[in-house]
Amino acid sequence: MTDAFTIASIVALLATLRVITASHAVHALLYFIVSLLAVAVLFLLMGAPFAAALEVIIYAGAIMVLFVFVMMMLNPGPRAVQRERHWLRPRIWAGPSILAAVLAAELVFIIGSGVSRTAGAGQVSPGEVGMALFGPYLLGVEMASVLLLAGLVGTYHLSWHLGRRRDSERKRGIGP
Amino acid sequence: MNGIPLEQGLIVAGLLFAMGAAGVLIRRNALFIFLSLEVMINATGLAFVTAGAMWLQPDGQVMFVFILAVAAVEVAVGLALVLWLYHWFRTLDVDRMSRMRG
Repeated sequence: MTDAFTIASIVALLATLRVITASHAVHALLYFIVSLLAVAVLFLLMGAPFAAALEVIIYAGAIMVLFVFVMMMLNPGPRAVQRERHWLRPRIWAGPSILAAVLAAELVFIIGSGVSRTAGAGQVSPGEVGMALFGPYLLGVEMASVLLLAGLVGTYHLSWHLGRRRDSERKRGIGP
Repeated sequence: MNGIPLEQGLIVAGLLFAMGAAGVLIRRNALFIFLSLEVMINATGLAFVTAGAMWLQPDGQVMFVFILAVAAVEVAVGLALVLWLYHWFRTLDVDRMSRMRG
């Protein structure tokens, strides 16, 4: 298991190195998703399955989708089609694919070796996390909900003004 | 857990955080700076979960849940701001946004 931990650590570090050195935003995003998956494997190996699931579902799933949306909004027009063709070349997606394949092989190895079934000893189960979350940390949960509401209102405010400004510019014929 | 070197997890978290900080400092594209911030937040979460696993307490994962909520809010507001910046300056180069008109 130590080897699996080391390999996942190396994958995470390599992917993150490519995130900060990539020249194109989408490449950086691909590598960042691989990095998140590697960190999720680390969580699983450390005996934190709940955190691993959250990392994949919320971080790699939901938050990264927001990034993809914004990148699509920033790159409109006919140039995008040509860029799409450019991305389909293997050189672009080979790196993230290889790193993700390493993680997948590791996952198959972990499940196959049956270690996950014999856990329990050194593992913090989702039930314990839930009991702590809604027990001593209840105030924190409430504060997080207020924070989410504040984020919702702030984002709505910003996008509302942006939409109105774009509309008025389009009427005057100067906008995009 | 059986023989996992948890100190190594802390080292990985530190290296990831350093990489994120380096990304914030060396990149000039607002979107990349934002992505590097995400790397730093993620490294913080890794450090919390590792510490929680060291003492076998659920507190580390509770903190990770809170960090996830903060990251989600930060991404939503931050990306709306990035769209604003692009609308104002027609570029994401932060060096060209250094003049404040307020």
